[in-house]
Amino acid sequence: MECQECHQRPATLHYTQVINGHKTEVQICEVCAKEKGYMTYPEEGYSLHNLLTGLFNFESNPMGASHGTTFNKENDLQCPKCGLTFTEFKQIGKFGCGECYHTFASNLNPIFRRVHSGNTEHRGKIPKRIGGNLHLKKQLSSLKDELQNLIMNEEFEQAAVVRDKIKEIEQQIDQKEKGDAR
Amino acid sequence: MTLEHFMNEAISPWMREEGPDNDIVLSSRIRLARNFADMPFPIIADQKDLEKIREFFQIEYEHTSFQDYKDLEFVSIRDLTAIEKSVLVEKHLISPLLAKKEGAAATLISENEQVSIMINEEDHIRIQLYFPGLQLTKALTKALELDDWLEEKVSYAFDETRGFLTSCPTNVGTGMRASVMMHLPALAMTKQINRMMPAINQLGLVVRGIYGEGSEALGNLFQISNQITLGKTEEHIIEDLESVVQQLIGHERKARNRILEQSGIELEDRIYRSLGVLEYSRIIESKEAARCLSNVRLGIDLGIIKNVSRNILNELMVLTQPGFLQYFAKKTLTANERDILRASLIRERLQFEK
Ligand SMILES: [Zn+2]
Ligand SMILES: [Zn+2]
Repeated sequence: MECQECHQRPATLHYTQVINGHKTEVQICEVCAKEKGYMTYPEEGYSLHNLLTGLFNFESNPMGASHGTTFNKENDLQCPKCGLTFTEFKQIGKFGCGECYHTFASNLNPIFRRVHSGNTEHRGKIPKRIGGNLHLKKQLSSLKDELQNLIMNEEFEQAAVVRDKIKEIEQQIDQKEKGDAR
Repeated sequence: MTLEHFMNEAISPWMREEGPDNDIVLSSRIRLARNFADMPFPIIADQKDLEKIREFFQIEYEHTSFQDYKDLEFVSIRDLTAIEKSVLVEKHLISPLLAKKEGAAATLISENEQVSIMINEEDHIRIQLYFPGLQLTKALTKALELDDWLEEKVSYAFDETRGFLTSCPTNVGTGMRASVMMHLPALAMTKQINRMMPAINQLGLVVRGIYGEGSEALGNLFQISNQITLGKTEEHIIEDLESVVQQLIGHERKARNRILEQSGIELEDRIYRSLGVLEYSRIIESKEAARCLSNVRLGIDLGIIKNVSRNILNELMVLTQPGFLQYFAKKTLTANERDILRASLIRERLQFEK
């Protein structure tokens, strides 16, 4: 089988990726795997330093920055809250504050994909107190998926139960949002 | 309770409890990285801000208890001597990075040493929780409850898309590092572990030696942990880690049995020689001590050596580290002096078992 990236070399590596819940199969050669960031770890073993120096070895694209972002005089992205620039971030491999995540947002997906094998979005815990409606919203979207499945499988009785649950949660979200607005 | 309480014993109280699969798995650990929403991360923050965080934890949590984790002791790193810091690192109660920090770094440690909450390390908060044996699910449940407890008073840096925001991009999302400490002497002896490592890495997990540098794993003690923190739930991460650990346990047991069948007398010889070295030597380097301790522990697990407790490996691995030896001697020691004291402490400890 040939590499699906370069279509030249044979695919010697096989990756199964789960990206934001979707499973994809990748057949790829070692050269492309390295280039595209599939191989997160050097063959000789994992080392954070190697990982990070390899990680930030890509062209930054400050022009692709989102609205409201400030540039310093070198046309470099700079976090308005902590003052860290994107160039500094690449050098130290660390964020300066939570706001950096928004400031550098347009450049972060390739980094996260490399470090977290293709993933860019959080699917884990939502903090109990400050998470607010997020819990309910996540619950709602998974119930909606479930409803779709039930309808497709013609399990209408069960679907009716799920539909009631959805209504209930929608009401809860409504009430909470009204409460917040007050 | 004082700091001395944590220093005097090499082995933490929770380690004395039995855990599942503890012939191979010594401990399970969950670590959660968290930050305050409205403060710059420690790498860039003003000393003033970090000091505020330190004080907040002292005022709010010193001597409080949460569930089984009683009487949290508040320890400021700047109040410790160099030797005391190394002891806490060697016991894995604080990280080497925290020990290096001047200024506002601190930690809260529960009486049973199962919980340690590091303050102003790479992130503002690093929650760390241990369980004996293979108990990742239980450790996760407890760590998340502890997390909720802290969140009652701390507004975390959290983003709907990226999850918990951390200083290092390798921790973002769940902020969770789950790890399992394993004793794999048979897989190391047969060099199988080296062949397994690339496959394990491909699954997004990392294997490394706990003691020793580079690729060597002193005492055949390995730590397996997740590398990916974004895009998977905490439960899913634990599940993937646990399944690899279960496979390693299976391979290790098989390898032990095969060695026992094919070269039982050689293995028995190796184990008893190691016991002899530990019981009688007068000077012993840490490498030799680690190798012998691993062999003796294997002998205990295979029922060849009786009447020596399993904890001998973890206990003496910690007790014979440089920091601990010097804490014991109450002064700094040369390498040779350490080797002499190490031999004497090991002899004493084995005598005590009889
Ligand atoms: Zn290719
Ligand atoms: Zn920032």
